[in-house]
Amino acid sequence: MSTPTPDPANPLEAEIAPDIEEVRAGADSPVSEEAVLTVEGLDVVYEVETPVHAVQGASFTLRRGEILGLAGESGCGKTTLAYGLNQLHRPPARITGGSVTFHGRDGEDVDVLALEGEALRAFRWSRIAMVFQGAMNSLNPVISIKAQLEDVFTTHRPGMDAAARRARSEELLRLVGVDPSRITAFAHELSGGMRQRVMIAMALALDPDLMIMDEPTTALDVVVQREILQEILRLRSELGFAVVFITHDLPMLLEISDRIAVMRAGRIVELDTAENLYFAPQHPYTRRLLGSFPSLTGDAGDFLRAGYSTEGTR
Amino acid sequence: MTTLTAQDLDKTYTLRSGLRFSQLRAVNGVSFELRPGRTVALVGQSGSGKSTIAKLLMQLERPTSGSLLLDGKPIGRRGKALADYRHQVQMVFQDPFASLNPYHSIGHHLVRPLIVHGRATSRTAPGAAKELLDRVNLPADDAFMARRPHELSGGQRQRVAIARALAPGPTVLVADEPVSMLDVSVRLGVLNLLARLQREEELAMLYITHDLATARHFSDEILVMYRGEVVERGDADEVILNPQQEFTRKLLAAAPEPGTNQRFLAEARRRGVPMPDHLAPQEDLA
Repeated sequence: MSTPTPDPANPLEAEIAPDIEEVRAGADSPVSEEAVLTVEGLDVVYEVETPVHAVQGASFTLRRGEILGLAGESGCGKTTLAYGLNQLHRPPARITGGSVTFHGRDGEDVDVLALEGEALRAFRWSRIAMVFQGAMNSLNPVISIKAQLEDVFTTHRPGMDAAARRARSEELLRLVGVDPSRITAFAHELSGGMRQRVMIAMALALDPDLMIMDEPTTALDVVVQREILQEILRLRSELGFAVVFITHDLPMLLEISDRIAVMRAGRIVELDTAENLYFAPQHPYTRRLLGSFPSLTGDAGDFLRAGYSTEGTR
Repeated sequence: MTTLTAQDLDKTYTLRSGLRFSQLRAVNGVSFELRPGRTVALVGQSGSGKSTIAKLLMQLERPTSGSLLLDGKPIGRRGKALADYRHQVQMVFQDPFASLNPYHSIGHHLVRPLIVHGRATSRTAPGAAKELLDRVNLPADDAFMARRPHELSGGQRQRVAIARALAPGPTVLVADEPVSMLDVSVRLGVLNLLARLQREEELAMLYITHDLATARHFSDEILVMYRGEVVERGDADEVILNPQQEFTRKLLAAAPEPGTNQRFLAEARRRGVPMPDHLAPQEDLA
């Protein structure tokens, strides 16, 4: 399938990107039965004056190539949970219970929470990579894209020579739909969407089995957001990594995810396939979240202009 | 009742890069009319000039050419005439975490505009401020007035920002992405609040957003902007359900919408059920 590479000089003339469903259907489902990550009873506590139990007993299994959506509102523990998956917490946050097991391609299991020091450093990014929240602003403004991409290889692949690093960096940019000639650019010379693509390229650098994406499209407008989502789906089909996709935008998660976990106040209150969640939500909070998004083409229901209203006080 | 008319607004910024100068036309020949009791939505991508229009209306920027008319008369740009304009035209900003001063109490945020705009004296202002709180569904008591912005949730902060915008008794309200920074479960509540206040006060409203669904349900007319120009305009339902322009179609196709998604439509057929209507009245959660 051809990559939609919108011409930034004239987006109107760019071909209208194919529907996400086409991208999904085009790939023979990349989801395998084999698990890539098992999380059991994960507890994370912020040990401040009155300890905050930010994640309570989170359990799920992620299959190879699967997209798991993590939905919930600010403060519900989504990001804290994601950080727990590769021990990114800093004090006062502490993992007080549970286990995270990573299942390698060679059949070897890694107890992620037991890793420390050099082993942990080597594990992060090469097996589980992350696209951080506000990724648009997480590029270093004073060094070039090239330096930042190549830094990954200098650190993790010390054997690579300069030419190989350069070649691999350019290849990564091509992979995410950024013209490799822009490799010498600085962050401020790129649009928001391009910066986000660069961040994804960086996360792909070491061919990880799992990508954690924390609100990767929140700051982007809908057209650019759609391009990025399609890029993620296409790359997933090509490279077969699994994704944990964190956002509060449930309609978007419904479109791209295989399964969705809904979090509230530190707990996963519902975890099911996107279809089941949409057609038969079980938890009242899931129903409330689904009801928070008026439909574009459907009836407004009781909403707004109809006169009747639920205004709430929060 | 007041009508605010924008005629052929143009705004060109001069950019400088080293010794080279270039021109950026942020807004190019935009005209519209904000009439009492009606909402006009401005939709478009980032950088399409939506917020520049808000700045022009609020007189934070001067148009390069074109004019703004309040009830047919050119708007006042300084002194008393400008103050009069500010009585009439108020704004709700996008980010309630940034638009309220962390140093001041909620009461101060409401009492100040009441006094500055001559709507109350220092003796009557606290009472008037409580009335404002009551109108935006916040607790109208001294304890709440004494709180500071950081003690409130995002939705509560935005309600305070709305109350503050209403304090001068405006007839025109400009809302620039008023709910995009809020948690999803409180967004509709805040929009419904704005809709009620608008009905009660017959406010003329400009609703700036990139969320097409709320633009459709919340407004009467939609203007679609692309690179500083209005490429399509019309009745809200008409623009969304029957778009004429390529760009509008592209914008609509990009918005996530499970209700028209092939995967879910197929699933509905497989299950033999209709597409669910999730906007049904919500149960309360503890």
